[in-house]
Amino acid sequence: MAAKIQVSTTVNGEQRRFQCEPQQTLLDVLRDELALTGTKEGCATGDCGACSVMLDGRLVDACLVLAAEVQGKKVETIEGMAQGEELHPLQRTFLEHNGSQCGICTPGMLMAARALLERNPDPSETEVRYWLAGNLCRCTGYDKIIRSVLAAAKEMRGA
Amino acid sequence: MTNILEESGFDPNRKLRIVGTSPVKPDGRDKVTGRAKFGADLALPGMLVGKVLRSPHPHAIIKFIDTSRAQALPGVMAVVTRDDFPEIPPGTGEGDLTRNVMAREKALYDGHAVAAVAATSESIAKQALKLIRVDYEKLPHVIDAVEAMAPGAPILHEHLRAEGIKGAEDKPTNVVERQEFRMGDVEAGFREADVVIEREFRTCPIHQGYIEPQACVANWTKAGRVELWCCTQAHFGMRDNLASILDIPKEEICITGAEIGGAFGGKTIMYAEPLAIQLSRKAKRPVRIVLNRNEVFRATGPVSGTHSRIKMGVTRSGRFTAAEAEMVYQCGAFTGSMYYNGAQTMFTRYDLKNAKAVAYEVVSNRPKVNAFRAPGVPPVVFGVESVVDELAKAIGMDPLELRLKNAATEGYTTIYGETFGPIGFVETLEAAMKHEHYRAPHSGPNCGRGVAAGFWWNRAGDTSGKLRITADGSVNLLLGTIDIGGSRVSMCMMAAEELGIPLERVSAVIANTDQVSYNRLTAGSRVTFSSGIIVVDCARQAIAELRRRAAAAWNVSEQEVVYEDGTCRLARAGGAAPLSMAELVKRGGPISCSSTLAVTGAGPGFGVHIVDLEVDRETGGVKILRYTVVEDAGKAINRHQVEGQYQSGAAQGVGWALNEEYIYGEDGRLQNPSFLDYRMPVASDLPMIEAVIIEVPNPKHPYGLRGVGEVPVVPTLAAIANAITSAIGVRPYELPMSPPRLLKLIETAGTSKS
Repeated sequence: MAAKIQVSTTVNGEQRRFQCEPQQTLLDVLRDELALTGTKEGCATGDCGACSVMLDGRLVDACLVLAAEVQGKKVETIEGMAQGEELHPLQRTFLEHNGSQCGICTPGMLMAARALLERNPDPSETEVRYWLAGNLCRCTGYDKIIRSVLAAAKEMRGA
Repeated sequence: MTNILEESGFDPNRKLRIVGTSPVKPDGRDKVTGRAKFGADLALPGMLVGKVLRSPHPHAIIKFIDTSRAQALPGVMAVVTRDDFPEIPPGTGEGDLTRNVMAREKALYDGHAVAAVAATSESIAKQALKLIRVDYEKLPHVIDAVEAMAPGAPILHEHLRAEGIKGAEDKPTNVVERQEFRMGDVEAGFREADVVIEREFRTCPIHQGYIEPQACVANWTKAGRVELWCCTQAHFGMRDNLASILDIPKEEICITGAEIGGAFGGKTIMYAEPLAIQLSRKAKRPVRIVLNRNEVFRATGPVSGTHSRIKMGVTRSGRFTAAEAEMVYQCGAFTGSMYYNGAQTMFTRYDLKNAKAVAYEVVSNRPKVNAFRAPGVPPVVFGVESVVDELAKAIGMDPLELRLKNAATEGYTTIYGETFGPIGFVETLEAAMKHEHYRAPHSGPNCGRGVAAGFWWNRAGDTSGKLRITADGSVNLLLGTIDIGGSRVSMCMMAAEELGIPLERVSAVIANTDQVSYNRLTAGSRVTFSSGIIVVDCARQAIAELRRRAAAAWNVSEQEVVYEDGTCRLARAGGAAPLSMAELVKRGGPISCSSTLAVTGAGPGFGVHIVDLEVDRETGGVKILRYTVVEDAGKAINRHQVEGQYQSGAAQGVGWALNEEYIYGEDGRLQNPSFLDYRMPVASDLPMIEAVIIEVPNPKHPYGLRGVGEVPVVPTLAAIANAITSAIGVRPYELPMSPPRLLKLIETAGTSKS
């Protein structure tokens, strides 16, 4: 067994230290070492997007990032999306439009949608659909997810 | 008190405050903040990681298994194989169950579990799997069900004898059973027809495609009890099955259903749960097993592939005279296709007097199939609704008009013997015909429109739950049915409506198997209907108790007490001040009501789909341009939830019709066990899906509802096949219409035209 690697990183603004094996992914560590189980595993091969998180401002699949790579970087997960009791507008519109059905894809969808709206505050329906094409959902047919994202975009633009 | 099953109290003129709206669901906040606890999210102190070793061969005798090297690896706390499971004779229900979760005499499919380990880390567990030596004697395998029926095909189960086939009693076979349903005189019916069309159809197995893999934590306690947390649709059924295959009294097993990340029928049976329990028993520590996606594809619930022959006759004036079908369902290594559902429902919705449906279930070297929305029905309705489309063209009639002319109505007796009460098929068809989508022109050289209809009977059955009024006057529901489709919010809404209190005062939790009586699994669109009746029954009991307490406090008869909007008051004006629920709980302690019923009276559901699409003749790709689902919900308790069911049914059907399939190599191994190679619809594949809710009440429910979870997937395959036919002028008889198949079909069309 290879020696464990000491990693120091920032998760949702908090300084965190953990030890990991060389082959462990960021997803493994978030869930099993840091108890941040909001990030979900649907495939572990980068095909479903359920583990979407932000790494130094870039949207990534946590299952495709080695845990050791996050040394000195900034990780953002679903647990950091709401400000205390105050939900992010996307979280609110997902509730109001029922964009979350079973809820397993929801954290990843929300992280991906937030990354979209940070780049493009006024996306078309087609742009939302293509941006979220890496996030699988089996429960909704995507209709209510797309409506939730468009509603949040509108609200955030103050339109 | 009147039995709620005899007298639902349904009142079409009742003024509703909450039922029929779309409030935010109580479980929503935890889901959007990442706090909801799904199957893989629970961790216990001292918990070990469990991993499963799986057969790489589709069919092989397991000669011996040597686990000694794995057991010697530091960090490995337990290893289990077939030797750790009680022997149960093959060919029995339980014998099949135990052999599916852990291979015994033979491995029967690529991915069949042969051993499992529990270790202190994931990497040690994986390493341990590599140290287990399994000696296999490879056997010839068979993947296709029709080939498995042929003489000389490799036999999976030496003990299997086909039921329902004369002369087959004494020979081993892969045919599990033949079932026949018939009504009237089919031959005479076909003689009355002006046009008879007979076609053959094929569909491929697909996976339910839930995003959350199966996950469980098992804890064999020092006291000898089994605690199990898992994402299942069937915690009571699983408890009973675990008890029988592990030889544990069922009272000693407590199952808590985790939040469930999609199921659709695929989480109705057990997979790794008994392995985790046996590992925990040996290791004396909690064990968690989370399947990975590869295991989910190779070893859990695909849906049957089917091969069907369908024949229907119609008169020039558009009356169906007879219908006949023969179909083969492949079920994987063990029975489970629910082929009888297909045979009974495939023609049901039409006013047929003469019909016959024969279904065979056949084993082959694939994973045992599992339920998927309207299990067994969509793949054969694909054939029926394709033939209906051809008949409409043959007699020059609008396809929905033809369906309307033949629509079953109240009083029709089906092929399986049920006489319909009030049903909404006519209303659903009429709404589809009037819908702007159906009337809008559709154009473009490679564009087409298709329609199709579908039916599911909807289910009911044993259900149990509780309602408690707490000290502050809020209400807590303890539901015995797992929530897989948003049922909790509907339960809270019905309770709030009955009690006349704000929705925010009602909460709901899902009971574990110790807390309420037996509940049939969450399946067949039974839960909002059945558990809803339990909730209404409990709420009415609670109101009766509140009135009793108020009457006692005021020293009047109960008849003099009126319950309204969460308070009791005197019927006559003046006198004592009204008493709130909280005040009444203070007088006499907490209020707890329970209801346990064998619920009946589910209302049949009908749906009609309209789809526009465009075919790319160069790539063979299909773009869905517009999709409308029209379906009778009886009464939509929560409109958002019902719309979501309609929309997901359509989306899943699009995947089934256009892309999804299990691809096996010559070696009998699954070649596409990943979301990359098994292509489910993504957001950019679909348009918005319009959901049109028709409400023809089911008087057997206090609010008139019918189940809505199954019907939405039933018509999809045929609607898309009919639209492809309309777009390119040639009909697909085989699904999925993936680009290579569609290109070949276009080529055939070109050849046949020239």
